[in-house]
Amino acid sequence: MSAPDSPLFLFARHMGDNGLILGHRLSEWCGHGPVLEQDITMTNIALDLIGQARLYYQLAAEMHPSDLTEDDIAYLRPERAYSNVLLVEQPNGDFAHTVLRQFLFDAWHLPFLHRLCDSPESGLGEIAAKAVKEVSYHYRWSREWVIRLGDGTEESHRRMTQALDDLWIYREELLLPSDWEQTLIRSEIIPDPDVLRPEWQHAIHATLSEAGLPIPQTPVIQQGGKNGIHTEHLGHLLAELQYMQRAYPGQVW
Amino acid sequence: MTLVDLQKRFDEKIEAEVKIEPKDWMPDGYRKTLIRQISQHAHSEVVGMLPEGNWITRAPSLRRKAALLAKVQDEGGHGLYLYAAAETLGVSREELIDELLCGKAKYSSIFNYPALSWADIGAIGWLVDGAAIMNQVMLQRTSYGPYSRAMIRICKEESFHQRQGYEILLTLCRGSDEQKAMAQDSLNRWWWPSLMMFGPHDSESTHSEQSMSWKIKRKSNDELRQAFVDATVPQARYLGLTIPDPDLKWNESTGHWEFGEIDWEEFWQVVKGNGICNRQRLKDRIRAHEEGAWVREAAMAHAEKQRHRRDVA
Ligand SMILES: [Fe+2]
Ligand SMILES: [Fe+2]
Repeated sequence: MSAPDSPLFLFARHMGDNGLILGHRLSEWCGHGPVLEQDITMTNIALDLIGQARLYYQLAAEMHPSDLTEDDIAYLRPERAYSNVLLVEQPNGDFAHTVLRQFLFDAWHLPFLHRLCDSPESGLGEIAAKAVKEVSYHYRWSREWVIRLGDGTEESHRRMTQALDDLWIYREELLLPSDWEQTLIRSEIIPDPDVLRPEWQHAIHATLSEAGLPIPQTPVIQQGGKNGIHTEHLGHLLAELQYMQRAYPGQVW
Repeated sequence: MTLVDLQKRFDEKIEAEVKIEPKDWMPDGYRKTLIRQISQHAHSEVVGMLPEGNWITRAPSLRRKAALLAKVQDEGGHGLYLYAAAETLGVSREELIDELLCGKAKYSSIFNYPALSWADIGAIGWLVDGAAIMNQVMLQRTSYGPYSRAMIRICKEESFHQRQGYEILLTLCRGSDEQKAMAQDSLNRWWWPSLMMFGPHDSESTHSEQSMSWKIKRKSNDELRQAFVDATVPQARYLGLTIPDPDLKWNESTGHWEFGEIDWEEFWQVVKGNGICNRQRLKDRIRAHEEGAWVREAAMAHAEKQRHRRDVA
């Protein structure tokens, strides 16, 4: 039996999974966006996130005892071995859902990366330093659109309210550490969610209030993604993502 | 200045290779031709995002996925530059898009063929971007300033796309038998449609002669097609692929590759809207436009409210 994967490996892979899966979802918009500029922006964010995922996977591959590549990690796992949060695998829905999913992710991602820049684990710190510039732009984009759509018309307000109702339950998972995260938090390799929480909460509440959107009151929290318990959506996404690697195993592309 | 003087000055500029700029006087026909051509070109960039976009989620490696995303994003950017160039002629992007969606404006017929395998992503980059480059390199010297400048920007990215596509095929051709067969199948399907991209024979081309005299176009359809074949045949040989044309042969005396006749019946069928993907492409664009209407309205309403709030404050 091989040694269990290290917390650091699991964390790098988890960060990669978040980027890959959210990037995949955004790339589904490509060519179908509501207006050409936003089509290009969503493709651009997808490109950033997939670029970040590659860096995390490469870091994970390097520290793994067996000879793994970024593509082995990205493409050749069963569904249960993906550890992205449930939020990022949720279907695009309408533009309101896509924007809100992005905002809830960015509102956590940005302050998280700011702190991850100072990680004593230099591999992580370097990725964070590069990613934080991209993600500040993502955050600005998603925040502005939440406000625009919340404030815009009756219809856009209604659609945003619906999106909030559908996605709010997935936001908390980002701040609920898995076992391997707890190990890394204790050794101060990754930021403590309790330190992040006030800033995160404030960012979300301030944005929703500026958008004129109600803060959902539901106490329900959905989690499980970090431990590989996903919604049914992920399997279909992976069937598409993995298609070529599964149909033509072991080839060079 | 009289109309005759204006026309004379315009003709002198064309003759002297001085670019025509948006504020300059220009004949109506020149303006109309440019609007038609530039908007067609812009629509082609945007509709062209669809067949390749169709493979982003299935790209076989992360490196290829990122490169394809970047490429399709570039094409969207080309669409933006070109719509902006067309707008300098006094039309709005909305009007142009409406003409596309109601079927009045055309886009390049090549995008009415389906992208069926990963090798098609290679073939599209190599052949479709390759054929587009032939045309676009020429258009860098087109007589209308904004169009020429848009083309200069675009050409740099297009040649990168072409190399990237060729490299995808090269990897397949150096790979397994299955991969090589995938590459050959793709060339078989994309070769003739790529030749069709240059349009009808010069003798059949309705707009060509006038466009040449206005120096909007600088080379004829047949000249460009020949240049494309001459450049591409050696590249196919290097890949070890066979071009699906039994009449293809080198002519020592002319220094050109001779090639067979295009299936013009198929060409006109696709132009008329009866290609395998015409309806799907247009439907996809119409759906994106209709489903995006509430987003565009919301953005406008928000901007309006912001303005109002600022005025009140
Ligand atoms: Fe292009
Ligand atoms: Fe291109």
